[in-house]
Amino acid sequence: MSGPNTGTAAPSSQNMSTRPANGPQDWDMGTKTLLDLERLDGYVAELAVSDDGGHAAAVVEKSPEERIIAVDNQPWEPALEKAWSLRFTSDGRAFALVRIDDEWTIMVDGTPWEERFEFAWNPKLAGGGKVIGVQTKSDMQYSVAVDGKLWDARFLSCRDYALSPDGSRVAAAVQIEELPEADVFKFLEGTWTVVVDEEPWPRKYLNVYTPIFSLDGKHVAAQVRTDATDYTAAIDNQPWAQVFTCIWEPRYRTGSDVLLPVRQQGGWFLAQNGKILWPSKYVQLWHACVSPQDERIAAVVATAYGRWTVAVDDVPWKTTFSDMVAAPVFSPDGHKVAAAVKHDGRWSIAVDGVPWMPTFDMVWEPVFSPGGESIATIVKENGKQSLVVNGRVHSRSFDRLWAPAFSPTGKQILLRGVDGTRVIREVIATTEV
Amino acid sequence: MDLQDQAVLDRGIDEGLEKLTPERIEKVIRHVLDNESAARLKVYLETCVHCGLCSEACHTYLSRDKDPDFAPVAKVKDTLWEMVKRKGRVDKDLLRRSARIAFTECGACRRCSMYCPFGIDIAYLIMTVRRICSLLQIVPQYLQDTTNSHAVTSNQMWVQADEWIDTLMWQEEDARDSFADARIPLDKEGAEVMYSVIAPEPKIMAQLLGNMAVIMKAANVDWTMPSADGWDNSNMAMYSGDFEVMGRVERAHWERARALKVERVVMGECGHAYRGAVYDGPKWLGWQKPPIPMIHAVEFYYELIHSGRLKIHRKITEPVTVQDPCNIVRGRGLHHKLRYVVNALCENFTDMDPRYEHNYCCAAGGGIINCGPPWKLSRMKSIRVKAEQMAATGAKICITPCHNCHSGIEDIIGHYKLGMHVSFINELLVKAIAEPQG
Ligand code: SF4
Ligand code: SF4
Repeated sequence: MSGPNTGTAAPSSQNMSTRPANGPQDWDMGTKTLLDLERLDGYVAELAVSDDGGHAAAVVEKSPEERIIAVDNQPWEPALEKAWSLRFTSDGRAFALVRIDDEWTIMVDGTPWEERFEFAWNPKLAGGGKVIGVQTKSDMQYSVAVDGKLWDARFLSCRDYALSPDGSRVAAAVQIEELPEADVFKFLEGTWTVVVDEEPWPRKYLNVYTPIFSLDGKHVAAQVRTDATDYTAAIDNQPWAQVFTCIWEPRYRTGSDVLLPVRQQGGWFLAQNGKILWPSKYVQLWHACVSPQDERIAAVVATAYGRWTVAVDDVPWKTTFSDMVAAPVFSPDGHKVAAAVKHDGRWSIAVDGVPWMPTFDMVWEPVFSPGGESIATIVKENGKQSLVVNGRVHSRSFDRLWAPAFSPTGKQILLRGVDGTRVIREVIATTEV
Repeated sequence: MDLQDQAVLDRGIDEGLEKLTPERIEKVIRHVLDNESAARLKVYLETCVHCGLCSEACHTYLSRDKDPDFAPVAKVKDTLWEMVKRKGRVDKDLLRRSARIAFTECGACRRCSMYCPFGIDIAYLIMTVRRICSLLQIVPQYLQDTTNSHAVTSNQMWVQADEWIDTLMWQEEDARDSFADARIPLDKEGAEVMYSVIAPEPKIMAQLLGNMAVIMKAANVDWTMPSADGWDNSNMAMYSGDFEVMGRVERAHWERARALKVERVVMGECGHAYRGAVYDGPKWLGWQKPPIPMIHAVEFYYELIHSGRLKIHRKITEPVTVQDPCNIVRGRGLHHKLRYVVNALCENFTDMDPRYEHNYCCAAGGGIINCGPPWKLSRMKSIRVKAEQMAATGAKICITPCHNCHSGIEDIIGHYKLGMHVSFINELLVKAIAEPQG
């Protein structure tokens, strides 16, 4: 059955955390209805719930030409030609990509940005989930806008961008040289670079992928292709001296150290600042991540064909999984690592190498309690979604659920979901599951 | 030997050759032979007894009046054997010939390996030659450009991110003109199905997307399409020999499917994209099988019609035939399901002969059509048998559930003046499921 789109998978190649950035203040147990879908007259195209479960919003189609956004059943004015990618900032403001008078912009809490674009897409949040960035196109030129302010700089193309953690800076992968049709020679000279706060790096590359900021926002790293068969990381436009036959996305540690999965001698290794950090050779290595204290590093690895697992500090878990292992997540104290894993067609969560007993049609990313003693996630089985905590399935199922959140003590869990025709928030005791 | 083909100028190959030194040539060939090739390469080369039984299998050989230069074994003998024998110390003439043969005279269709008493996989050996050419940067210009497009945009036709989303939106509008509730749900996390297509759809055949919105609605499928990269899993880098770009494209595709938490992926009507996503891509990335199940559109249509989720209201009356795409028939065995779907949609179906896994390739697949205009005449000369096979059916429509077959067969129809037209199943299906007016 088709239902409304209740979650916009962030089209970002950066780490995707489904954990709400801002927990709720209200931990009173019980259920509250946020939205009554029957009262929304029209086709509900998308739904979103704020991180604290205090507000719910919907994109409702009144006619093929007319959509409205309603927050807590209150429609925004005016009606829109199009609206999609509905989400909430961490401070509870609903926003979406909207088209008004044939122009696109972002509408936040019912007010559209003054800047309008031929097209806008790929919204991302930063600054603790309060700053909104978006890619734009106007007059066939590409740019980036943040909180309503468009860059003056324009580019021939832009494939991705990153906001600094505090949201004050922007880096983007941009094309800065024309490439005549099928000009395979000009391509080799490099037509792409990284632009940081409107200032392009002077060096051009064949390709640039996944720019990211250091945690302090002072540095930018990106994957660069310096020749047809040479890939490496460039930090603030300085490529590492070492090149590799293939690489994946870089990660910053807490300072300026950069991790990079690299391929050489037919295998994959984890490099740091150009040197091999993990001496083990893997069939695959990606999704490197660093513990909050910057003491441990985890990555998804394949130890052999079809044997996927997580390696922590270059030590793979003993259990491997045949199908897939999703990006690992550290507990807040950095002691535990969990990941969604798929084995023989069934999904589960593995914690420090031990998979939960029950398996599911689908699992979402694991969410740790603040103390790290509990892990919650959403699962799907026979088309219905449920909360699972520490491998135990909650007795209730929903049509849709958003990522769960633990209270600061870990004793309560906030559920946000669609139950029939109601969008609800519910606080339950962790022990209830 | 075809002197006209040998005189074809291709900047990608010719200018690439100019930059090569003997040292670089030797180094690259030895690297591929020593470090990148499976043990089976050596076994194949040592096992072949030069019996020539594979010749009769190859459409280029048959179409070119059994010219021995076009026999599968000759294609290997003239390229890889020489490289192995001379330990990489080969000259530019051999490399030019190798690039021409590997990229434009063998489509890696794998028909010949069914006829070899030892099951030697000629296509694998030819792909090794392509890998060498790719590392030496002597790839046909247009094929390389397609690979460059994959490297920059992930998709094969330089489709910009905004063009993709915009196309999905106006296709949804178009679909709703014929089916009021049709939608193209973007980024719907937790949908059952992610639908993957290849770049020619948004670029030049956008109505196929609108058609799918109608089909999905009619069958009430919970589906989604991604707004971001990973939507195109076609892979010309797989065919140009740039396995690093191939891996990047396939990873993007599978990670997008994971991010959307879909239970399976339905691949549109494309054979090589299916191959890239199900076989070559996963293997290079370390997967033994796709991380999330993928079915080809033919299997999906079969499932929807067979289960009664799609009702056929009126059948196509014009005489039709069907092309068996190599990658989903020889590669996946979907020929019976394909016949089931065609018979469900069409009243007047005549099969080709030979058929099923013995069907001839369209000569466009394997990246050949992407080598572009310089090689079109050569491609047409290599596929006369297909034209004869099609003409014998008397059909007016040739159904091609693969983008390469679609374009290749369209060229054959024009070149050999067959008086037919080509159609995807998708196009016939939307007509067949339309409820009669009144
Ligand atoms: S085109 Fe097909 S039959 Fe001919 S040599 Fe290549 S793989 Fe074999
Ligand atoms: S049929 Fe097999 S053994 Fe005979 S020539 Fe062809 S590849 Fe060699």
